[in-house]
Amino acid sequence: MSTWIAVITASVIAFGLKLAGYTVPRARLEHPRVLRVTQVLPAALLASLVVLQTFSTGTHLVLDARAAGLGAAVVALLLRAPFIVVVIVAAATAALLRLGGFAS
Amino acid sequence: MTDDPTPPAGTPDPDDDVGAARRAVVRQGVSVAVATSLYGVSFGALSVAGGLSVAQTCALSLLLFSGGSQFALIGILGGGGTAGAAVAAASLLGVRNALYGLQLVPTMLPTGWRRFALAQLTIDESTAVAVSQSAPPLRRLGFWVTGLGVYAGWNLMTFLGALAGDALGDPQRYGLDAAASAAFVALLWPRLRARQPVAIAIVGAVVTTVLVPVIPQGLPVLAAALVGALIALWWPDRWRAGEAAG
Repeated sequence: MSTWIAVITASVIAFGLKLAGYTVPRARLEHPRVLRVTQVLPAALLASLVVLQTFSTGTHLVLDARAAGLGAAVVALLLRAPFIVVVIVAAATAALLRLGGFAS
Repeated sequence: MTDDPTPPAGTPDPDDDVGAARRAVVRQGVSVAVATSLYGVSFGALSVAGGLSVAQTCALSLLLFSGGSQFALIGILGGGGTAGAAVAAASLLGVRNALYGLQLVPTMLPTGWRRFALAQLTIDESTAVAVSQSAPPLRRLGFWVTGLGVYAGWNLMTFLGALAGDALGDPQRYGLDAAASAAFVALLWPRLRARQPVAIAIVGAVVTTVLVPVIPQGLPVLAAALVGALIALWWPDRWRAGEAAG
């Protein structure tokens, strides 16, 4: 049930933020300090999510096939592969390593 | 740009050819929509792998409709984080959509019920296509084509991905957990074009690594956001000189 609450709450907030761009007075959102923070928040959040998703299980740091998948994803990005290819390359790398018994 | 009743035929200047310009915008919007929709499959599959139901997964794409926030929400919930932490991280990532609206107000001239559709479709892709057009009517066309195209495709592919994820079973066998890592790094990648976001990403990663074993699940990502915000506030102006906007 709490998953549904999270889904609905996050959706309501997301829509409120989108609508705010069209309704909140410009001065408030264009304040230099607000702009500074909002422009970089995605970089901090996404970097954190990369670490969480790749190197953590619960509250433990772990090194497993996901790390190899991430490495493959970075190589794909350096080669300018599209998003879907990056994702598939990472999944395939991790899956093959597990299949071969090289990583957990 | 108003519709010219007598377009000069065979003119070499493409600016005169309203039809060609509009077709080019539609092509661009559709190609962005198709590319974006394709990774809706990965969202659907990862969400189900993370423990959400097919209905919850589809509700996220229909209602939340912002890729980064959706991946964050399912990533934290799937990793065992609390609903509160998941909602907070997803919402922080959604703040940028408010800034997009701000940029689009003069172009889109929102009125009445349309502003609600406009708001819901205000995401990275629709904004990017809209602002890269030369004239307001083309920007509006680009916004609606891309926004509606992504909305339709993203939701359809989410549904298919969720069904596939449900059928596949153990997500680790197919490397779906690594696919989620890849999704986040691919979302991060285009933002790393200036010194400041790179520095903030590195600090965010380090803060997260240090805090994972120490504080409850879901909180490290919020700590990374907080530290990132503090760095942005105290970042010396002279370091910003000559940089592209982060």
